[in-house]
Amino acid sequence: MSGWLLSLDTSTEAVSVALLRAAECYERFELAPKRQAQRVLPMIDEVLAEAGIVKSMLGAIAVGRGPGAFTGVRLGISVAQGIALGLDVPVLPISSLAALAADVIDIDPTLTVLATIDARMGEVYAGCYRFDAQHGVQLIGDECVGPAHSVPLARAERWGVIGTGWSAYPEFWSPRIGAPEFADGARFPRASRIAELAVSRWQRGHGIAPEFALPAYLRDKVALTEVERGVR
Amino acid sequence: MRVLGIESSCDETGVAVYDTAAGLLAHRVYSQIELHQDYGGVVPELASRDHVRKLLPLLRETLTAAGLGVRDLDGVAYTSGPGLVGALLVGAATARALAWSLDLPAIGVHHMEGHLLAPLLEPDAPQPPFVALLVSGGHTQLIAVRGIGEYELIGDTLDDAAGEAFDKTAKMLGLPYPGGPELARLAESGTPGRFRFARPMCDRPGLDFSFSGLKTQVLLAWEKSDRSDQTRADIARGFEQAVTETLATKCRRALAETGMRALVVAGGVGANLRLRAALHTAAVNDGFNVAFPRPEFCTDNGAMIAFAGALRLAAGQRQDTSIAVRPRWPLEELLATTPAEPLTLR
Ligand SMILES: Nc1ncnc2c1ncn2[C@@H]1O[C@H](COP(=O)(O)OP(=O)(O)O)[C@@H](O)[C@H]1O
Repeated sequence: MSGWLLSLDTSTEAVSVALLRAAECYERFELAPKRQAQRVLPMIDEVLAEAGIVKSMLGAIAVGRGPGAFTGVRLGISVAQGIALGLDVPVLPISSLAALAADVIDIDPTLTVLATIDARMGEVYAGCYRFDAQHGVQLIGDECVGPAHSVPLARAERWGVIGTGWSAYPEFWSPRIGAPEFADGARFPRASRIAELAVSRWQRGHGIAPEFALPAYLRDKVALTEVERGVR
Repeated sequence: MRVLGIESSCDETGVAVYDTAAGLLAHRVYSQIELHQDYGGVVPELASRDHVRKLLPLLRETLTAAGLGVRDLDGVAYTSGPGLVGALLVGAATARALAWSLDLPAIGVHHMEGHLLAPLLEPDAPQPPFVALLVSGGHTQLIAVRGIGEYELIGDTLDDAAGEAFDKTAKMLGLPYPGGPELARLAESGTPGRFRFARPMCDRPGLDFSFSGLKTQVLLAWEKSDRSDQTRADIARGFEQAVTETLATKCRRALAETGMRALVVAGGVGANLRLRAALHTAAVNDGFNVAFPRPEFCTDNGAMIAFAGALRLAAGQRQDTSIAVRPRWPLEELLATTPAEPLTLR
């Protein structure tokens, strides 16, 4: 548990990478839909150069493990797995929703946060979070996928909301949440937040071998069997 | 030079280590066939999900079998196309990132070049020039291989690939997915000659194939028949005979036209025993050599990717740090990017 933490996220239209050690943080963030695969390793080289460090000084890899775009989530996980295998360091998979929620909590830690990402097909990925002095950013209930008018929400008076799932379905959210005290529907998960959330877990020894760092898709029914389609 | 090869273009995860001095050190393949069975075909999203789960455990297993650690590698090769984009991306990203972390050179390999060169993994394999018959679920091609990396497409299918024809015909006859091998098994109990289907495109010059008409003939025969189990087997036999004889006829023509003396067969349909027998007979009659990869290297595998990648890496080719896949990548375009220097092992 020494050295730098490298963090990366490609779970949405954005690609970001960060390096963190104590109070030092270097980050690259780009909105690069469809170009994440092309950009992610060169961006890591850029932050390493900026921090003036080499790969062998990396002690762990944090990665946005989803939910998000399936291909993007897998890209991030695969890159993290490859690097961690090569460097023989642990991986810390972090929720992309928790990373969004941490953005709001950083602004106002007294709000209950709805972090939500547009899941297409009329649905959102959503999770509710609150700050707790002892445990940091805490998930309330479960992360889930579903229509904005019916995904389960925490009970709360004062809301902060963040993510593309908010801007995609305002008409469904407003009867449920009213006017939140903070709202940003254009925010994407960032590697620097993922690093922040990962670092305490890393210190507590929660890093895992790369083969166990796997995507969290939430949406698991992706095809119909022949029986379900009635062709067999 | 020890090269790790990773294949993930469709529904098989393959990993291997090839050493340019010592040969193949270890290889492992994990097939997703059962995963897709209930869906009647490969579901791309499920395939990608399974590659992410299986690739690293398989990689560790392969390295252990070779008695190596990641630090003993000198290069990393991966299939960069053609194939399913999401599936390709898992292998490419893992491979490219692994190479990056170890400061190793990496190379993206054309999946069909892997198949094309797979027979060269066998001892006493013919060296170029030779004609390659590439017969798989997606391809039926004849390629003149003048040197490694020097390929000319001389024959292609105008519609269905041979494996696709096997699979579709099997489905028509009510056989479970994946139909090709099932149909071949059934054909073994069929009566030769009871059903005789036309050999498509054999009555005219040229090296191209067409299998969709054959499928229609089979369907008509099946619908008119008593649909007994024996008839099903007899039709399967007749179909298999028509396909394998057509393939053999075109191979002989290709050898005659190019003046080459050796034939290599690659791709999943190359596992078909009747095809092997027909080509062996032709080889004896016409006086050419024929080479097949071992059956496990006929279908998708990491060994062929490690091998083709090793050749390209040894020739100094490199992929930069951008992770790139090409789901559609005609072999002809690989031909256009072929290096001026022919690739050789030593
Ligand atoms: N014994 C066999 N006889 C005929 N076809 C076969 C046999 N074994 C496999 N195949 C066919 O080979 C194809 C799979 O080969 P593969 O090289 O993996 O192709 P692709 O990668 O293009 O799907 C399938 O179409 C399958 O039906």
